[in-house]
Amino acid sequence: MNINLKYIPNVILPLLFAAFCLVSLPAFSQTGHNHDHSGHNHNHDKGHQQQPARDKDTHPADHGDHGPCPHEEVGQFDAGATAFHHIADANVYSIGPLSIPLPCILYSKDDGVAMFSSGKLGIGHHQTGHKAYKGYVLYHGNIMRVNDNSFPKDLVEPVCFGYKMKKDAKGHDKKVPTAIYHGKTYDLDANSTFLGSLVGGGITSFHDFSITKNVMSMILMLLFCLWLFTAVARSYKRREGQAPSGLQSLIEPVFVFIQDEVAKPFLGPKWEKYLPFLMSLFFFILALNLFGQIPFFGGSNPTGNISVTFVLAIITFLVVSFSGNAHYWEHVFWMPGVPAWVKTILTPVEVMGLFIKPLTLMLRLFANITAGHIVISIFVSLIFIFGNDGATVYTGKALGASVASILLGLFMMAIELLVAFLQAFVFTILTASYIGAAVEEPHHH
Amino acid sequence: MTGTLAALGAGLAVIGAGIGIGNIGSKAMEAIARQPEAVGDIRANMILMAALIEGAALIAIILAFFVK
Repeated sequence: MNINLKYIPNVILPLLFAAFCLVSLPAFSQTGHNHDHSGHNHNHDKGHQQQPARDKDTHPADHGDHGPCPHEEVGQFDAGATAFHHIADANVYSIGPLSIPLPCILYSKDDGVAMFSSGKLGIGHHQTGHKAYKGYVLYHGNIMRVNDNSFPKDLVEPVCFGYKMKKDAKGHDKKVPTAIYHGKTYDLDANSTFLGSLVGGGITSFHDFSITKNVMSMILMLLFCLWLFTAVARSYKRREGQAPSGLQSLIEPVFVFIQDEVAKPFLGPKWEKYLPFLMSLFFFILALNLFGQIPFFGGSNPTGNISVTFVLAIITFLVVSFSGNAHYWEHVFWMPGVPAWVKTILTPVEVMGLFIKPLTLMLRLFANITAGHIVISIFVSLIFIFGNDGATVYTGKALGASVASILLGLFMMAIELLVAFLQAFVFTILTASYIGAAVEEPHHH
Repeated sequence: MTGTLAALGAGLAVIGAGIGIGNIGSKAMEAIARQPEAVGDIRANMILMAALIEGAALIAIILAFFVK
């Protein structure tokens, strides 16, 4: 086996590039500005159901340690919404029971740039804050903005939360969170209109460039990869000609596998040029996949976030497009050797193919990782479904369900471990095959 | 109503992808049985082909997510 391990140090530079691209990814997920400035009466909410209005919640005795805010109405346990909430991004990093504040970098057209730690908003129960600063509040781990200029811009408390039902563009009822401050109810804007769902983006009144927990995890994994590969590269220099040991033995089989099974067969004679890129992709995705599986640590899910896989696919698209030779582009736009009328069909299909390739790369990684996490969340939710919507978890049914959900969850996590490797491999092998097609030299007959 | 239709469509796409990936798997097993020395190449190509088919099914599923 021809081992070319001198390429390991070359992995570092593309990793840095990838890191730069990924850290800038929040910019992709927020666009636009909401022109719906509501300067009218906020006491007259059009929606029917608003603040918590259950009888037992209005009793002061029931407030307990929830401060001055009334008990937030939970409603019926929604397993789907819970699962989506747990795989979504957040402005708070959670390690076990600890909630670690993260830096928020926010921009709104009215107030300009605001930079502060999310701890300033007071991280409480369910990662919901009780303070507001510059009109920003923390609700279920996410920064939201009070879209109203009459709201005080200094650090104010206490801020409570409720919700109201609002009709969206298609006439569906949508739960919109509201902030309650000094008896007045204010509408809240999420950092994206799809908050709590899988996809970022959408039009709101502010842009969020924060170091969210996904970005934090990516930075951590980037530093880890940098450390790992510099350590391995150093030991190759130090122990030249000797058998590998320690970390070398961990990395070498995987590295050689990607080199011999992916890079060489697909890229032909030019494999050395693209090896650092392929290795960076593989190890970065693998690290993120595995890190996203650790329960209770970070709870972040970077490769299950479509913005992350979007940026990874964009990088692949750019590399393929800039590597493409004349032969490749000729086959895209003007396929030689077929009649002209076939070309009129073939060219649009090939041009669509240019964009469908990175699109499926993006969706495949995102959907595989997301699906695994959702299934685990739903298995855990079984406990609460059988425990009467979370009201009583100490029933026989709930205990039985917890045994089942632990076993099923363990089984799913074992499968996800396989999927983590498989999807990193698939992403790399497909990228290699796309690049291979783009750099292939014409056959001479 | 459109949501139900979208879910049915996603299910149909998954059936198609399942048949496709099943075919790949069965043919790959036959090929490995016939030529055990080529197992590495066959496995890599099998995964590649399965991933390409999966891509088509994923597009259908994501579309079903958006049609509500």
